[in-house]
Amino acid sequence: MSAAATLIAAALGIAAASVLALVSFPARSVLVVAVNALLGLPPVVIGLVFYLLLSHSGPLGWLDLLFSPAAMVAAQAALAAPIICALVHRSLERSWAEFGPPLRILGASRLRALPVLLGMNRRAIATAILAGFGRCLSEVGAVLMVGGNIAGHTRSLTTSVVLQTSMGNLETALLLGLVLVGVSVAVSAGGIALGGARL
Amino acid sequence: MRKLSLSLAVLLALGGAAQAESIVLASTTSVDNSGLLAKILPVFTKATGIEVKVIAQGTGQALATAAHGDADLVLVHDPDAEAKFIAEGHGILKREIAWNDFLFVGPKSDPAGIAGTHDAVAALAAISSKHAAFVTRGDTSGTDAAEKRLWKKAGINPAGADWYRDIGGGMGAALNAAAAMNAMVFTDRGTWLSFQNKRDLVALVEGDASFINRYDVIQLNPVLHPNVKIEPARKLAEWLAGPDGQREIGAVAQGGEQLFHPDADKVYVPGT
Repeated sequence: MSAAATLIAAALGIAAASVLALVSFPARSVLVVAVNALLGLPPVVIGLVFYLLLSHSGPLGWLDLLFSPAAMVAAQAALAAPIICALVHRSLERSWAEFGPPLRILGASRLRALPVLLGMNRRAIATAILAGFGRCLSEVGAVLMVGGNIAGHTRSLTTSVVLQTSMGNLETALLLGLVLVGVSVAVSAGGIALGGARL
Repeated sequence: MRKLSLSLAVLLALGGAAQAESIVLASTTSVDNSGLLAKILPVFTKATGIEVKVIAQGTGQALATAAHGDADLVLVHDPDAEAKFIAEGHGILKREIAWNDFLFVGPKSDPAGIAGTHDAVAALAAISSKHAAFVTRGDTSGTDAAEKRLWKKAGINPAGADWYRDIGGGMGAALNAAAAMNAMVFTDRGTWLSFQNKRDLVALVEGDASFINRYDVIQLNPVLHPNVKIEPARKLAEWLAGPDGQREIGAVAQGGEQLFHPDADKVYVPGT
Protein backbone atom coordinates (compact mmCIF):
# COMPACT_ATOMS: atom_id res chain seq x y z
CA MET A 1 0.00 0.00 0.00
CA SER A 2 2.83 2.37 0.90
CA ALA A 3 4.49 1.34 -2.38
CA ALA A 4 1.42 2.27 -4.42
CA ALA A 5 1.20 5.60 -2.62
CA THR A 6 4.89 6.27 -3.21
CA LEU A 7 4.47 5.45 -6.92
CA ILE A 8 1.64 7.95 -7.26
CA ALA A 9 3.50 10.54 -5.19
CA ALA A 10 6.65 10.03 -7.29
CA ALA A 11 4.77 10.50 -10.56
CA LEU A 12 3.05 13.65 -9.33
CA GLY A 13 6.06 14.98 -7.43
CA ILE A 14 8.58 14.53 -10.24
CA ALA A 15 6.20 15.96 -12.84
CA ALA A 16 5.50 19.00 -10.68
CA ALA A 17 9.19 19.43 -9.86
CA SER A 18 10.07 19.37 -13.58
CA VAL A 19 7.56 22.05 -14.39
CA LEU A 20 8.67 24.20 -11.45
CA ALA A 21 12.34 23.87 -12.35
CA LEU A 22 12.21 24.29 -16.12
CA VAL A 23 9.25 26.51 -16.93
CA SER A 24 9.03 30.07 -15.71
CA PHE A 25 5.56 31.45 -15.08
CA PRO A 26 4.27 34.24 -12.85
CA ALA A 27 3.32 32.29 -9.71
CA ARG A 28 6.33 29.99 -9.82
CA SER A 29 8.22 31.27 -6.80
CA VAL A 30 5.02 31.28 -4.77
CA LEU A 31 4.44 27.63 -5.69
CA VAL A 32 8.01 26.69 -4.80
CA VAL A 33 7.60 28.26 -1.38
CA ALA A 34 4.25 26.49 -1.00
CA VAL A 35 5.70 23.08 -1.85
CA ASN A 36 8.52 23.55 0.62
CA ALA A 37 6.04 24.61 3.27
CA LEU A 38 4.07 21.43 2.60
CA LEU A 39 7.15 19.39 3.61
CA GLY A 40 6.11 19.88 7.19
CA LEU A 41 2.46 19.13 6.53
CA PRO A 42 0.96 17.59 9.69
CA PRO A 43 -0.44 14.17 8.76
CA VAL A 44 -3.53 14.64 10.93
CA VAL A 45 -4.47 17.70 8.90
CA ILE A 46 -4.20 15.73 5.65
CA GLY A 47 -6.19 12.96 7.35
CA LEU A 48 -8.90 15.39 8.37
CA VAL A 49 -9.06 17.02 4.93
CA PHE A 50 -9.32 13.66 3.16
CA TYR A 51 -11.86 12.49 5.73
CA LEU A 52 -14.05 15.52 5.04
CA LEU A 53 -13.61 15.16 1.27
CA LEU A 54 -14.35 11.43 1.17
CA SER A 55 -17.11 11.36 3.78
CA HIS A 56 -20.55 10.62 2.40
CA SER A 57 -21.54 14.10 3.46
CA GLY A 58 -18.49 15.53 1.65
CA PRO A 59 -17.97 16.43 -2.02
CA LEU A 60 -16.31 13.13 -2.97
CA GLY A 61 -18.60 10.90 -0.91
CA TRP A 62 -20.12 9.34 -4.05
CA LEU A 63 -16.77 7.63 -4.71
CA ASP A 64 -17.48 5.47 -1.65
CA LEU A 65 -13.78 5.46 -0.75
CA LEU A 66 -13.79 6.37 2.95
CA PHE A 67 -12.49 3.55 5.18
CA SER A 68 -10.94 1.82 2.17
CA PRO A 69 -7.30 1.08 1.31
CA ALA A 70 -7.63 3.47 -1.64
CA ALA A 71 -8.38 6.34 0.76
CA MET A 72 -5.24 5.48 2.73
CA VAL A 73 -3.18 5.41 -0.45
CA ALA A 74 -4.55 8.81 -1.48
CA ALA A 75 -3.72 10.36 1.90
CA GLN A 76 -0.25 8.83 1.94
CA ALA A 77 0.41 10.03 -1.60
CA ALA A 78 -0.69 13.54 -0.64
CA LEU A 79 1.82 13.49 2.21
CA ALA A 80 4.70 12.06 0.19
CA ALA A 81 4.26 14.07 -3.03
CA PRO A 82 5.47 17.43 -1.61
CA ILE A 83 8.56 15.74 -0.16
CA ILE A 84 9.48 14.16 -3.47
CA CYS A 85 8.60 17.33 -5.37
CA ALA A 86 10.68 19.62 -3.16
CA LEU A 87 13.75 17.37 -3.14
CA VAL A 88 13.66 16.70 -6.88
CA HIS A 89 13.00 20.36 -7.63
CA ARG A 90 16.08 21.42 -5.70
CA SER A 91 18.46 19.26 -7.70
CA LEU A 92 16.72 19.84 -11.05
CA GLU A 93 16.86 23.58 -10.56
CA ARG A 94 20.57 23.44 -9.89
CA SER A 95 21.34 21.33 -12.97
CA TRP A 96 19.06 23.44 -15.16
CA ALA A 97 20.95 26.57 -14.12
CA GLU A 98 24.23 24.84 -14.94
CA PHE A 99 23.39 22.78 -18.01
CA GLY A 100 20.32 24.56 -19.32
CA PRO A 101 22.16 27.17 -21.44
CA PRO A 102 24.49 24.65 -23.21
CA LEU A 103 21.57 22.31 -23.84
CA ARG A 104 19.56 25.16 -25.31
CA ILE A 105 22.52 26.14 -27.51
CA LEU A 106 22.62 22.57 -28.80
CA GLY A 107 19.04 23.11 -29.86
CA ALA A 108 17.27 21.03 -27.21
CA SER A 109 13.80 22.18 -26.23
CA ARG A 110 12.84 22.10 -22.56
CA LEU A 111 10.92 18.87 -23.20
CA ARG A 112 13.97 17.27 -24.82
CA ALA A 113 16.28 18.51 -22.09
CA LEU A 114 14.14 17.07 -19.30
CA PRO A 115 15.07 13.37 -19.71
CA VAL A 116 18.76 14.35 -19.77
CA LEU A 117 18.38 16.37 -16.58
CA LEU A 118 16.36 13.64 -14.87
CA GLY A 119 19.02 11.13 -15.85
CA MET A 120 21.74 13.31 -14.37
CA ASN A 121 19.80 13.58 -11.12
CA ARG A 122 18.79 9.93 -10.76
CA ARG A 123 20.53 9.56 -7.40
CA ALA A 124 18.78 12.58 -5.98
CA ILE A 125 15.48 11.32 -7.39
CA ALA A 126 16.03 7.88 -5.86
CA THR A 127 16.76 9.51 -2.50
CA ALA A 128 13.63 11.65 -2.81
CA ILE A 129 11.48 8.61 -3.59
CA LEU A 130 12.96 6.76 -0.61
CA ALA A 131 12.20 9.74 1.62
CA GLY A 132 8.61 9.72 0.32
CA PHE A 133 8.33 6.00 0.92
CA GLY A 134 9.61 6.47 4.46
CA ARG A 135 6.87 9.02 5.08
CA CYS A 136 4.20 6.63 3.74
CA LEU A 137 5.51 3.71 5.75
CA SER A 138 5.70 5.52 9.06
CA GLU A 139 2.39 7.37 8.67
CA VAL A 140 -0.23 6.65 11.32
CA GLY A 141 -2.41 9.71 11.99
CA ALA A 142 -3.85 10.19 8.52
CA VAL A 143 -4.32 6.51 7.67
CA LEU A 144 -6.07 5.93 11.00
CA MET A 145 -8.57 8.67 10.18
CA VAL A 146 -9.35 7.78 6.56
CA GLY A 147 -8.77 4.03 6.80
CA GLY A 148 -10.54 3.38 10.10
CA ASN A 149 -8.06 0.67 11.19
CA ILE A 150 -10.40 -2.13 10.05
CA ALA A 151 -8.97 -5.59 10.78
CA GLY A 152 -7.72 -7.35 7.65
CA HIS A 153 -8.75 -4.42 5.49
CA THR A 154 -7.27 -1.06 6.41
CA ARG A 155 -5.11 -2.10 9.34
CA SER A 156 -1.49 -1.24 8.63
CA LEU A 157 1.60 -2.02 10.65
CA THR A 158 1.51 1.42 12.26
CA THR A 159 -2.17 1.28 13.19
CA SER A 160 -1.64 -2.25 14.57
CA VAL A 161 1.00 -0.82 16.89
CA VAL A 162 -1.52 1.76 18.10
CA LEU A 163 -4.20 -0.89 18.63
CA GLN A 164 -1.95 -3.38 20.43
CA THR A 165 -0.67 -0.61 22.70
CA SER A 166 -4.23 0.40 23.56
CA MET A 167 -5.03 -3.22 24.41
CA GLY A 168 -2.08 -3.27 26.79
CA ASN A 169 -0.23 -5.84 24.64
CA LEU A 170 3.00 -3.90 24.83
CA GLU A 171 5.22 -6.82 23.78
CA THR A 172 3.19 -7.41 20.61
CA ALA A 173 3.21 -3.68 19.89
CA LEU A 174 6.98 -3.52 20.29
CA LEU A 175 7.44 -6.57 18.09
CA LEU A 176 5.32 -5.00 15.33
CA GLY A 177 7.30 -1.79 15.76
CA LEU A 178 10.53 -3.70 15.24
CA VAL A 179 9.12 -5.28 12.07
CA LEU A 180 8.26 -1.78 10.84
CA VAL A 181 11.77 -0.53 11.57
CA GLY A 182 13.16 -3.62 9.83
CA VAL A 183 11.13 -2.95 6.67
CA SER A 184 12.24 0.67 6.70
CA VAL A 185 15.91 -0.24 7.11
CA ALA A 186 15.69 -2.92 4.42
CA VAL A 187 14.15 -0.50 1.93
CA SER A 188 16.77 2.19 2.58
CA ALA A 189 19.59 -0.36 2.37
CA GLY A 190 18.10 -1.71 -0.85
CA GLY A 191 17.87 1.79 -2.26
CA ILE A 192 21.46 2.56 -1.38
CA ALA A 193 22.69 -0.75 -2.79
CA LEU A 194 20.75 -0.09 -5.97
CA GLY A 195 22.19 3.40 -6.17
CA GLY A 196 25.72 2.14 -5.78
CA ALA A 197 25.33 -0.69 -8.26
CA ARG A 198 23.48 0.76 -11.18
CA LEU A 199 22.77 4.44 -10.92
CA MET B 1 2.49 9.40 -17.78
CA ARG B 2 2.54 5.62 -18.05
CA LYS B 3 3.55 5.50 -14.40
CA LEU B 4 0.62 7.74 -13.54
CA SER B 5 -1.98 5.67 -15.40
CA LEU B 6 -0.53 2.54 -13.82
CA SER B 7 -0.89 4.12 -10.39
CA LEU B 8 -4.44 5.13 -11.18
CA ALA B 9 -5.17 1.55 -12.23
CA VAL B 10 -3.80 0.33 -8.90
CA LEU B 11 -5.93 2.88 -7.09
CA LEU B 12 -9.08 1.82 -8.95
CA ALA B 13 -8.33 -1.86 -8.39
CA LEU B 14 -7.97 -1.23 -4.66
CA GLY B 15 -11.22 0.71 -4.67
CA GLY B 16 -12.94 -2.05 -6.62
CA ALA B 17 -11.82 -4.70 -4.17
CA ALA B 18 -13.89 -2.96 -1.50
CA GLN B 19 -17.13 -3.57 -3.39
CA ALA B 20 -17.80 -7.14 -2.08
CA GLU B 21 -20.83 -7.55 0.23
CA SER B 22 -19.65 -5.80 3.33
CA ILE B 23 -20.91 -3.27 5.83
CA VAL B 24 -19.23 -0.75 8.07
CA LEU B 25 -20.05 -1.04 11.77
CA ALA B 26 -19.16 2.08 13.73
CA SER B 27 -18.55 0.83 17.21
CA THR B 28 -16.91 1.64 20.47
CA THR B 29 -13.40 0.91 21.62
CA SER B 30 -14.78 -1.09 24.54
CA VAL B 31 -16.42 -3.80 22.41
CA ASP B 32 -13.42 -3.88 20.08
CA ASN B 33 -10.49 -3.66 22.53
CA SER B 34 -12.14 -6.31 24.69
CA GLY B 35 -12.07 -8.74 21.77
CA LEU B 36 -15.87 -9.22 21.69
CA LEU B 37 -16.41 -8.31 18.05
CA ALA B 38 -13.35 -10.20 16.85
CA LYS B 39 -14.83 -13.35 18.42
CA ILE B 40 -18.48 -13.07 17.37
CA LEU B 41 -18.41 -11.38 13.94
CA PRO B 42 -16.67 -14.23 12.09
CA VAL B 43 -19.63 -16.43 13.10
CA PHE B 44 -22.03 -13.93 11.51
CA THR B 45 -19.90 -13.63 8.37
CA LYS B 46 -19.78 -17.42 8.05
CA ALA B 47 -23.56 -17.67 8.37
CA THR B 48 -24.49 -14.83 6.00
CA GLY B 49 -21.49 -14.12 3.79
CA ILE B 50 -21.59 -10.49 4.89
CA GLU B 51 -18.22 -9.08 5.87
CA VAL B 52 -18.31 -6.60 8.74
CA LYS B 53 -15.70 -3.84 8.83
CA VAL B 54 -15.40 -2.50 12.34
CA ILE B 55 -14.39 1.10 12.99
CA ALA B 56 -13.64 1.31 16.70
CA GLN B 57 -14.28 4.82 18.00
CA GLY B 58 -15.77 6.33 21.11
CA THR B 59 -19.59 6.44 21.17
CA GLY B 60 -19.61 10.17 20.37
CA GLN B 61 -17.35 9.75 17.37
CA ALA B 62 -19.11 6.58 16.18
CA LEU B 63 -22.46 8.40 16.16
CA ALA B 64 -20.86 11.33 14.33
CA THR B 65 -19.42 8.96 11.73
CA ALA B 66 -22.89 7.49 11.18
CA ALA B 67 -24.48 10.94 11.09
CA HIS B 68 -22.09 11.78 8.21
CA GLY B 69 -23.40 8.72 6.39
CA ASP B 70 -20.10 6.88 6.71
CA ALA B 71 -21.31 3.81 8.60
CA ASP B 72 -24.08 1.29 7.96
CA LEU B 73 -24.83 0.41 11.57
CA VAL B 74 -23.77 1.64 14.99
CA LEU B 75 -23.09 -0.29 18.20
CA VAL B 76 -22.72 2.14 21.09
CA HIS B 77 -23.40 2.64 24.79
CA ASP B 78 -24.47 6.14 25.77
CA PRO B 79 -28.24 6.40 26.33
CA ASP B 80 -28.28 10.23 26.20
CA ALA B 81 -26.24 10.51 23.01
CA GLU B 82 -28.28 7.71 21.43
CA ALA B 83 -31.55 9.45 22.22
CA LYS B 84 -30.23 12.64 20.63
CA PHE B 85 -29.05 10.70 17.56
CA ILE B 86 -32.50 9.16 17.14
CA ALA B 87 -34.30 12.45 17.82
CA GLU B 88 -32.24 14.07 15.04
CA GLY B 89 -33.62 11.43 12.69
CA HIS B 90 -30.39 9.55 11.97
CA GLY B 91 -31.43 6.34 13.72
CA ILE B 92 -34.70 4.46 13.24
CA LEU B 93 -34.50 1.33 15.31
CA LYS B 94 -32.58 0.67 18.49
CA ARG B 95 -32.03 -2.76 19.99
CA GLU B 96 -30.37 -3.50 23.29
CA ILE B 97 -28.03 -6.40 22.69
CA ALA B 98 -25.79 -6.72 25.72
CA TRP B 99 -24.79 -5.23 29.01
CA ASN B 100 -21.90 -5.37 31.38
CA ASP B 101 -20.86 -2.99 34.11
CA PHE B 102 -18.44 -0.21 34.82
CA LEU B 103 -16.06 -0.13 37.74
CA PHE B 104 -13.42 2.11 39.26
CA VAL B 105 -9.92 0.70 39.12
CA GLY B 106 -6.79 2.16 40.64
CA PRO B 107 -3.49 1.40 42.33
CA LYS B 108 -3.33 -1.33 44.99
CA SER B 109 -2.17 1.31 47.51
CA ASP B 110 -5.71 2.78 47.31
CA PRO B 111 -4.84 6.47 47.88
CA ALA B 112 -8.49 7.52 48.24
CA GLY B 113 -9.41 4.70 50.64
CA ILE B 114 -12.28 3.44 48.51
CA ALA B 115 -11.30 -0.20 47.91
CA GLY B 116 -14.16 -2.63 48.41
CA THR B 117 -16.89 0.03 48.55
CA HIS B 118 -19.94 0.00 46.29
CA ASP B 119 -21.04 3.63 46.23
CA ALA B 120 -19.91 5.69 43.24
CA VAL B 121 -20.88 9.07 44.69
CA ALA B 122 -19.05 8.45 47.97
CA ALA B 123 -16.01 7.18 46.07
CA LEU B 124 -15.85 10.29 43.90
CA ALA B 125 -16.20 12.54 46.94
CA ALA B 126 -13.25 10.70 48.57
CA ILE B 127 -11.13 10.94 45.40
CA SER B 128 -11.85 14.63 45.08
CA SER B 129 -11.22 15.51 48.73
CA LYS B 130 -7.91 13.57 48.74
CA HIS B 131 -6.92 15.05 45.36
CA ALA B 132 -6.02 11.50 44.30
CA ALA B 133 -4.82 11.21 40.70
CA PHE B 134 -7.69 10.29 38.36
CA VAL B 135 -7.51 9.66 34.62
CA THR B 136 -10.50 10.59 32.48
CA ARG B 137 -11.02 9.66 28.81
CA GLY B 138 -12.33 13.09 27.81
CA ASP B 139 -13.36 11.74 24.38
CA THR B 140 -17.21 11.88 24.51
CA SER B 141 -17.27 8.08 24.50
CA GLY B 142 -20.04 6.18 26.28
CA THR B 143 -17.75 5.45 29.21
CA ASP B 144 -16.67 9.09 29.36
CA ALA B 145 -20.31 10.21 29.39
CA ALA B 146 -21.16 7.71 32.14
CA GLU B 147 -18.23 8.95 34.25
CA LYS B 148 -19.26 12.59 33.75
CA ARG B 149 -22.82 11.72 34.85
CA LEU B 150 -21.46 10.25 38.08
CA TRP B 151 -19.43 13.38 38.88
CA LYS B 152 -22.53 15.46 38.25
CA LYS B 153 -24.55 13.19 40.53
CA ALA B 154 -21.87 13.66 43.19
CA GLY B 155 -22.14 17.43 42.76
CA ILE B 156 -18.44 17.77 42.00
CA ASN B 157 -16.90 19.51 39.02
CA PRO B 158 -13.38 18.08 38.66
CA ALA B 159 -12.63 19.72 35.30
CA GLY B 160 -9.35 21.61 35.39
CA ALA B 161 -8.13 20.21 38.73
CA ASP B 162 -4.51 19.09 38.50
CA TRP B 163 -5.29 15.62 39.86
CA TYR B 164 -8.02 15.12 37.20
CA ARG B 165 -6.12 14.19 34.05
CA ASP B 166 -7.96 14.37 30.75
CA ILE B 167 -6.05 12.18 28.29
CA GLY B 168 -8.44 12.48 25.33
CA GLY B 169 -8.04 8.83 24.36
CA GLY B 170 -9.67 5.42 24.17
CA MET B 171 -10.28 3.02 27.07
CA GLY B 172 -7.02 1.18 26.49
CA ALA B 173 -5.06 4.40 26.36
CA ALA B 174 -6.71 5.56 29.59
CA LEU B 175 -5.86 2.26 31.34
CA ASN B 176 -2.26 2.51 30.10
CA ALA B 177 -2.08 6.08 31.41
CA ALA B 178 -3.58 5.13 34.78
CA ALA B 179 -1.17 2.21 35.13
CA ALA B 180 1.76 4.50 34.37
CA MET B 181 0.63 7.32 36.69
CA ASN B 182 -0.75 5.19 39.52
CA ALA B 183 -4.06 6.90 39.01
CA MET B 184 -7.67 5.78 39.24
CA VAL B 185 -9.86 5.40 36.18
CA PHE B 186 -13.45 4.51 35.33
CA THR B 187 -13.60 1.57 32.95
CA ASP B 188 -16.01 -0.91 31.42
CA ARG B 189 -15.48 -4.46 32.65
CA GLY B 190 -14.93 -5.99 29.21
CA THR B 191 -11.88 -3.86 28.41
CA TRP B 192 -10.61 -4.16 31.98
CA LEU B 193 -10.72 -7.96 31.98
CA SER B 194 -8.94 -8.29 28.66
CA PHE B 195 -6.41 -5.51 29.31
CA GLN B 196 -2.88 -6.91 29.51
CA ASN B 197 -0.88 -4.07 31.07
CA LYS B 198 -2.57 -3.71 34.50
CA ARG B 199 0.66 -3.39 36.50
CA ASP B 200 -0.45 -2.16 39.98
CA LEU B 201 -4.08 -1.53 39.01
CA VAL B 202 -6.82 -3.46 40.80
CA ALA B 203 -10.61 -3.20 40.91
CA LEU B 204 -11.59 -0.73 43.65
CA VAL B 205 -15.30 0.14 43.46
CA GLU B 206 -17.85 -2.22 41.90
CA GLY B 207 -21.55 -2.94 42.16
CA ASP B 208 -23.18 0.52 42.29
CA ALA B 209 -26.61 0.34 40.64
CA SER B 210 -25.61 3.13 38.26
CA PHE B 211 -22.70 1.06 36.94
CA ILE B 212 -24.90 -0.86 34.48
CA ASN B 213 -23.54 -0.35 30.98
CA ARG B 214 -25.97 -1.11 28.14
CA TYR B 215 -24.92 -1.63 24.56
CA ASP B 216 -27.37 -0.83 21.78
CA VAL B 217 -27.28 -1.43 18.08
CA ILE B 218 -29.02 1.28 16.04
CA GLN B 219 -30.15 0.98 12.43
CA LEU B 220 -29.90 4.09 10.29
CA ASN B 221 -32.57 6.11 8.57
CA PRO B 222 -32.49 5.31 4.82
CA VAL B 223 -34.28 8.56 4.00
CA LEU B 224 -31.52 10.67 5.55
CA HIS B 225 -28.73 8.31 4.47
CA PRO B 226 -29.64 6.79 1.08
CA ASN B 227 -26.15 5.33 0.58
CA VAL B 228 -26.35 3.19 3.71
CA LYS B 229 -26.52 -0.57 3.14
CA ILE B 230 -29.80 -0.99 4.98
CA GLU B 231 -30.51 -4.64 4.26
CA PRO B 232 -27.23 -6.29 5.36
CA ALA B 233 -27.09 -3.86 8.31
CA ARG B 234 -30.57 -5.00 9.40
CA LYS B 235 -29.40 -8.62 9.15
CA LEU B 236 -26.48 -7.93 11.48
CA ALA B 237 -28.68 -6.03 13.95
CA GLU B 238 -31.18 -8.88 13.99
CA TRP B 239 -28.45 -11.49 14.31
CA LEU B 240 -26.89 -9.67 17.27
CA ALA B 241 -30.27 -9.43 19.00
CA GLY B 242 -31.38 -12.90 17.92
CA PRO B 243 -30.67 -16.26 19.56
CA ASP B 244 -27.48 -17.03 17.59
CA GLY B 245 -25.82 -13.68 18.24
CA GLN B 246 -26.93 -13.65 21.87
CA ARG B 247 -25.44 -17.11 22.42
CA GLU B 248 -22.13 -15.98 20.88
CA ILE B 249 -22.06 -12.78 22.99
CA GLY B 250 -22.65 -14.78 26.16
CA ALA B 251 -19.89 -17.22 25.30
CA VAL B 252 -17.10 -14.64 25.15
CA ALA B 253 -15.04 -14.88 28.31
CA GLN B 254 -11.66 -13.79 29.57
CA GLY B 255 -9.90 -15.65 32.37
CA GLY B 256 -13.14 -17.54 33.13
CA GLU B 257 -15.19 -14.33 33.47
CA GLN B 258 -17.96 -13.49 31.06
CA LEU B 259 -17.21 -10.15 29.32
CA PHE B 260 -20.74 -9.23 28.19
CA HIS B 261 -24.17 -10.39 29.21
CA PRO B 262 -26.62 -10.96 26.36
CA ASP B 263 -29.79 -8.93 26.70
CA ALA B 264 -32.12 -8.57 23.74
CA ASP B 265 -35.33 -8.05 25.62
CA LYS B 266 -35.96 -4.47 24.70
CA VAL B 267 -36.66 -3.10 21.25
CA TYR B 268 -37.18 0.62 21.23
CA VAL B 269 -39.02 2.24 18.30
CA PRO B 270 -39.06 6.03 18.36
CA GLY B 271 -42.55 7.41 18.86
CA THR B 272 -43.99 4.35 20.63
